[in-house]
Amino acid sequence: MQVQQVKERSKAFVNLFRQHKGMNMELKTFKGGLHPPDNKRWSEKKAIEVCPVAEGDELVIHLSQHIGAPAEACVQKGDKVLKGQVIGTPKGFVSVPIHASTSGEVIAVEPRLDTAGNKTMAVVIKADGKDEWDPNLSGADPDKLMPQELKDRILAAGIVGMGGATFPTHVKLSPPEGKKIDYLILNGVECEPYLTADDRLMQEKPEEVVEGILILKRILGVEKAVIGIEANKPTAIETMQKACEGKGIEVCPLQLKYPQGAEKQLIYAVTGREVPSGGLPMDCGCVVQNVGTAAAVNAAVRRGIPLIERIATVSGSAVAEPKNLLIKIGQPISKLVEFCGGVKGELGKIIQGGPMMGMAAVSMDVPVTRGTSGILLFSEGEVIRAPEGPCVRCGNCVRACPAFIMPTEIAFQMRRGKVDEAEKLNVMDCIECGSCTYICPAQIPLLQFFRQAKSAIRANIAKRKKV
Amino acid sequence: MWEVIGALCPCCLLWILSFGVQASCLTILFCVLGCVLAEAGWELIRKQPITVRDGSAVMTGILLALNVPPNAAWWMALLGGFVAIIIGKQVFGGLGCNPFNPALVGRTVLLISFPVQMTTWVMPRTHEITSATPLSAVKMAVGLHGNITPEVQAQLSGVFYGGLGGQLGVLSALALIAGGCWLIYRKIITWHIPASFIGSAFVLSSIFWLVDSSKYPSPLFHMVTGGLMLGAFFMATDWVTSPLTPKGMVVFGIGCGVLTVLIRLFGGYPEGVAFSILLMNSATPIIDRLTMPRKFGAMPKKFGLVTKKG
Ligand code: SF4
Ligand code: SF4
Repeated sequence: MQVQQVKERSKAFVNLFRQHKGMNMELKTFKGGLHPPDNKRWSEKKAIEVCPVAEGDELVIHLSQHIGAPAEACVQKGDKVLKGQVIGTPKGFVSVPIHASTSGEVIAVEPRLDTAGNKTMAVVIKADGKDEWDPNLSGADPDKLMPQELKDRILAAGIVGMGGATFPTHVKLSPPEGKKIDYLILNGVECEPYLTADDRLMQEKPEEVVEGILILKRILGVEKAVIGIEANKPTAIETMQKACEGKGIEVCPLQLKYPQGAEKQLIYAVTGREVPSGGLPMDCGCVVQNVGTAAAVNAAVRRGIPLIERIATVSGSAVAEPKNLLIKIGQPISKLVEFCGGVKGELGKIIQGGPMMGMAAVSMDVPVTRGTSGILLFSEGEVIRAPEGPCVRCGNCVRACPAFIMPTEIAFQMRRGKVDEAEKLNVMDCIECGSCTYICPAQIPLLQFFRQAKSAIRANIAKRKKV
Repeated sequence: MWEVIGALCPCCLLWILSFGVQASCLTILFCVLGCVLAEAGWELIRKQPITVRDGSAVMTGILLALNVPPNAAWWMALLGGFVAIIIGKQVFGGLGCNPFNPALVGRTVLLISFPVQMTTWVMPRTHEITSATPLSAVKMAVGLHGNITPEVQAQLSGVFYGGLGGQLGVLSALALIAGGCWLIYRKIITWHIPASFIGSAFVLSSIFWLVDSSKYPSPLFHMVTGGLMLGAFFMATDWVTSPLTPKGMVVFGIGCGVLTVLIRLFGGYPEGVAFSILLMNSATPIIDRLTMPRKFGAMPKKFGLVTKKG
């Protein structure tokens, strides 16, 4: 144990030294940000395991697991469904269908609790344990399909951004006329502490990812495709480099820094371009997709498999045995935790996603969704934050902010209720990465203010438009 | 805050050893006591939570103590502490709201109210009373004779080894630099303010010295005398009263350095560190405004694309 500790310490020290000596300088990165302890060692060496669904298990599949309009249920209570069968149809362009994750019987179509604690529409399936595929699903050779057909398949498979943002992928792949895209960037950064799902995916199934990237390249008609991976995943970098050889895909190791995987920061690190304020990646010629999304695209096109399962890391101090799991959408968090040996000690907080940007889950009973990149359980002692103090103007938040705005000033204005002042201070450019809150010595929940400010400003804009 | 206090320890220790254990310990004690009592008292009266445990009052007390002569009367130390906390901090709304560095407010009020006592320092080690600090010796000599007289010059050479009233010379400067570097290493302060403060003071004083070394003391002399190191590492870097952005910090530091040298050479007082920091404190809000970072994605556009280097 002690030897281990000494080793870790010295490793940390060497890293620190390197950063100070600028040895890390050759690696590309962005400006601002910080270095939270990455805590990936709990799960980074664990191969992906399947979290099983037994007969009689209930899967709660929400109809809104993506950004955009919720899908509409197309099954009823009592219907028999097969694995991969559509149970919710999309409404509008920015929406995706929802599929049954396993075969069984629909026992309810009703509002159920989601992660945030709201009741939203969901289809509840009681598994029959047979896990029988829908026979209508079929794959195709992507080289024989037109880009539009490929996109249709992606839409039909219900694929959304799997890094956690859950924006429908077919929309991202459909830039409006006149926008020229010349860069496809694959996000394999996984800069959130604890999470190792993408890391494992790249190590274990590099071909899936590469094939997916080739399909995405074909759809967008771009020459350049780059995979950005943070330097703390040397095995993944090596594996991907091997898999990409001769395929016209470049692997770009990136400096270890949070939030390296934020879309705008990743684009800057890889290409040196800045997404214009208020704009989208396509405004500077880039499309960013998560590596998990690429693998899902490949499965959808070649094998016709919809997005019904994903890889997620279960970790944190209150998990008996942290693991990387292949989970079925709709499984309750408690099932995953049970598969990982259950809760260890006093449970303080459940987080869905990463510790920096993830969302606190209200209970262990809520189901996982397409955006669940991880489930983190923290013990009681770890979640207690020192009481909030006054801002001491240390400037930490200003230096850490990768959007180059001034968190403390904005929070100050929000305290006084001045939303328009906050808007003038560019609060809309906040990417909600949480760096400022993390680094604040006064424990001020800065990000909370910005979320409030942003929704207030959006509401104002909507109002103005109506008038 | 406690870490900053820790970083001040080597300097305090040196201070205590040189100026006599009893006198300097009492001064430090009364300054800290004054600050802590004032903070707790004020918060008690206003029914606010008592924030003594955050260490900021203690820190103010220690910084104040390092700014008053060790042989000062105990009531002066106590009063200084009160003024620093009440007028320097609490009237503005407590921690985080004060525009000026509280310790410097305390010191300045004392200096103006008791000019004689505040400039009467004891000799380190021998503990004899002397009325002139090296800076005021220079000032007087230049004032009376138009240049630095040979006697003063001879005295000055002793400065480096801590031979003159109120000064611990190189040793204390080293202790302060060590403490400051620790703070930078621990990321409590950044290098911007100390570097630009000391750098600009050095450059400006070098220029004057090169122009006329009979009238102006050498830059090294400036470096080790007065409160320059203390000011640059521990007082100008006070989070609350310095700018937020690195760019702003550099502007702030340069302002402090230049003003310090100008006040020392041409101002009415022999020492300028405290005044220059206070002056720059008052400029902090405007510096913050003017050095607001350019938000991400607001680069000049080129061919519809925004690129890093041209
Ligand atoms: S202000 Fe927004 S973008 Fe900047 S650090 Fe805070 S959360 Fe991140
Ligand atoms: S990090 Fe916190 S205490 Fe420091 S300036 Fe920002 S808001 Fe204030």
